[in-house]
Amino acid sequence: MTDYALKAENITQKFGAFSALKNVSFDLKVGEVHCLAGENGCGKSTLIKVINGVHRPEPGARIGFGSGQSAGHITPSDAKRNGVHVIWQDLAVFPDLTVAENITFDSFVASPLKPVGSRDRKRRVNEIIARLDIDLDPDELVGNLSIAKRQLVAICRVLDADAKIIFMDEPTASLTRKETESLLRIVRRLSAAGISVVFVSHRLAEVLDVCERVTVLRDGNLVGTYPTEGMSQKKLSKLMTGMDVHEEPRGPQTFGETAIEVKGLTRRGEFADVSFAVRRGEILGLTGLMGSGRTEIALTLFGMNKADAGQILLEGKPVSFGSNKDAIAAGIAYVSEDRLNLGLIQNQSIINNTAITVLDDLADPPVFLAPSRLSQLCTSWIARLKTKVSDPRLPVSVLSGGNQQRIVLAKWLATNPKVLILDAPTVGVDVGAKAGIFEIVRDLAATGMSIILISDEASEIHTHADRCLILRNGRIHQQLDPADVDEEKLEELINA
Amino acid sequence: MRKALLSPEGILVVLIAVVSAYLSVATQGFATVQNMFDLLNNQSVNIIFAVGLVVVLVSGGIDISFSVAASVVQYVVISYLLTIDGGNWAIAALLTCVVGISLGLLNALLIHRFRIVSIIVTIGTFNLFFGLLMYLSGGRSIYSIPDWLYSRIPVFSYELERGSATLYLPVLVMAVMVVLTGFILSRTGLGRQIYGFGSNPDAAKRSGVNVAFVQAFAYGWLGLCAGIAGLMQAHIVREVVPNALYGRELDILAAVVLGGAVLGGGRGTVTGAVLGVMLLALIQNGLNLLGISPFVFKVVVGVIILSAITVRNLDRLLPKLSSVNGKGEADA
Ligand SMILES: Nc1ncnc2c1ncn2[C@@H]1O[C@H](COP(=O)(O)OP(=O)(O)OP(=O)(O)O)[C@@H](O)[C@H]1O
Ligand SMILES: [Mg+2]
Repeated sequence: MTDYALKAENITQKFGAFSALKNVSFDLKVGEVHCLAGENGCGKSTLIKVINGVHRPEPGARIGFGSGQSAGHITPSDAKRNGVHVIWQDLAVFPDLTVAENITFDSFVASPLKPVGSRDRKRRVNEIIARLDIDLDPDELVGNLSIAKRQLVAICRVLDADAKIIFMDEPTASLTRKETESLLRIVRRLSAAGISVVFVSHRLAEVLDVCERVTVLRDGNLVGTYPTEGMSQKKLSKLMTGMDVHEEPRGPQTFGETAIEVKGLTRRGEFADVSFAVRRGEILGLTGLMGSGRTEIALTLFGMNKADAGQILLEGKPVSFGSNKDAIAAGIAYVSEDRLNLGLIQNQSIINNTAITVLDDLADPPVFLAPSRLSQLCTSWIARLKTKVSDPRLPVSVLSGGNQQRIVLAKWLATNPKVLILDAPTVGVDVGAKAGIFEIVRDLAATGMSIILISDEASEIHTHADRCLILRNGRIHQQLDPADVDEEKLEELINA
Repeated sequence: MRKALLSPEGILVVLIAVVSAYLSVATQGFATVQNMFDLLNNQSVNIIFAVGLVVVLVSGGIDISFSVAASVVQYVVISYLLTIDGGNWAIAALLTCVVGISLGLLNALLIHRFRIVSIIVTIGTFNLFFGLLMYLSGGRSIYSIPDWLYSRIPVFSYELERGSATLYLPVLVMAVMVVLTGFILSRTGLGRQIYGFGSNPDAAKRSGVNVAFVQAFAYGWLGLCAGIAGLMQAHIVREVVPNALYGRELDILAAVVLGGAVLGGGRGTVTGAVLGVMLLALIQNGLNLLGISPFVFKVVVGVIILSAITVRNLDRLLPKLSSVNGKGEADA
């Protein structure tokens, strides 16, 4: 027996000619919290899938568990038997089952003949929900939940299991601060109980806070495994990207005339009496806690929900949108926070996903679409957004999470909008790419595009917004110039 | 309470109550024990089909070959028994199960092993089964069925002023299949695995669900139900006509979808399937009693299905009702 819970050696994983992992080794001690870090598409999720038997690595690999079992590749049930559980990045939940059934799904697999007693199940589920100190209704269908809540369901699910090793692939990406904090508390408690946790997150502060060691991957290669003690965010991002990443505050800018103005916008139960204006070239930050009405306002501006009262003026003219189609035609683009469901058509090719918003414009003569024009458009955006794509004809679902986010951005930028609404545009995006995305956003603003940036990350708003609105309970609580406060103060104001 | 009423089953119960109330007032023969018993005797075969089909739909598949599979089972089993002096119920039941399950497993094998979409596979086997049956039988019906199959077996009688109303064996068999299927789907881990697999196959795979087994079970169970339904149908009509069940699959599919099952998988219940069959049966019976052309029935079925599905989707169509933002489809 060793004090290792898991040892994976010489893992090489190929998809066609493309190697997602090249000879990577990884080990995990009992009770350790270990971070897997690296840029989007470097192979973090792929490594997790190999260790769980979803993919079969090339010969020569070795995967061994604390139990002594060791093999060249394993099956999902091997992994389960060794107490390996995963919170998948794409949240493998069952939309047609209830919260309670999702959380306890493993028991259905373990004992298919056992009658499903509901009382005991409910008690267990309620216990977990209480432990996490979160708000979830065990009887609700998961299909009716928001992504953040689905994330919580996925977390509860591994907590119910009798796990020895838990992989968490970006579990905090869509959580609020309070939920994140209670998750990190749970992670520490699990580790104290001898359970090993592998934690993936692009929020480096979090990583350094909770993990003991960090393994860094770059382009499928192992960079190394380091203790987090004495590691700084700066050093870690340099290891991940191979470059120094730093973002300058935006500084004072000059703007054009008003592009979009909102007067007294109200939608019952969501937000009330919201008024603001954004000028050409301006980046307006819209922030507040989850449920404060940020996304709801965006959906109304985008024509997906109707306002009960108030007015939207586009370049001085009142507009009213019957659907998002009208909004797109008027020059509004909305990059959704829920890229998995709303942003992309997962089983369609990367090319088709990029071109879907502009099919009519690309058709020339009308109705006829030349495939070469589609791929031209796609390649140019892939290059502009520095997206890692092995072949644009593959379905978008093979892209890593962060690269999918860039395709969503590309798809909306292709419409050449006047007003671009970005809803949590950097969720799950790595540090280097975040900087890349904001560079693009700033360039877009410089061309006269108006940008509404929705985010609950104080640092993002602080560095990139020209002006910031803080929402509270569906109303504008405060308007301020980020340059007037420091980041900590802004953070405090958002979470107050 | 409100939730229960708005569920597909709740809506069906209300509809059934309304239709029954109307028919009891508007017609003479409807609200009689005799009519109710006739309905049950006549619908038992359809209900057995329906509970089998609901398992396949919940697992995310579809099968349209089951009714001709039932004809194959009838024909094979009865012709074989006639060559060995008629046999008895026990041998017949055993053979029925074996042949029925085999036909279902053939579908499962093609779907799972060769990754062909279930609708395509079962369109194929539908033609294969039916073509082979008609070709090999020459389309000939079997009228001289064994005695044990010919004589009705009463399981429950109710004394009336004149004579009595009786429920026969198929109703009992139907009840057993309903309870058994309902139990498996809603009360066992296997049942939840079937819902999970239909709801998100990828997630199910990663959770260690044995996908081959789940699919084999779903199609095998429908094959079993189809075989049993076939035997019961032969018992009721006292003959075996090779094309008698041809086309029945769409009626059953309609009833099951009306009962809340969806073609994408993950949803549907045995209760819903039974209620779906019963509602359509009541309407057919009522139109009959009212002396209205049978073609009107087809129209009514169409209207009911379309409106039921529309009503069910209303909460998704009206953004206000959905609690979560962005549940409506965003597209361009
Ligand atoms: N099934 C597949 N077929 C082809 N390529 C794949 C497949 N799965 C993953 N890839 C590729 O392998 C690379 C690694 O992907 P992976 O999902 O492991 O990245 P990641 O490190 O988890 O990134 P992120 O932080 O964005 O989630 C990506 O370039 C991705 O496009
Ligand atoms: Mg990933």
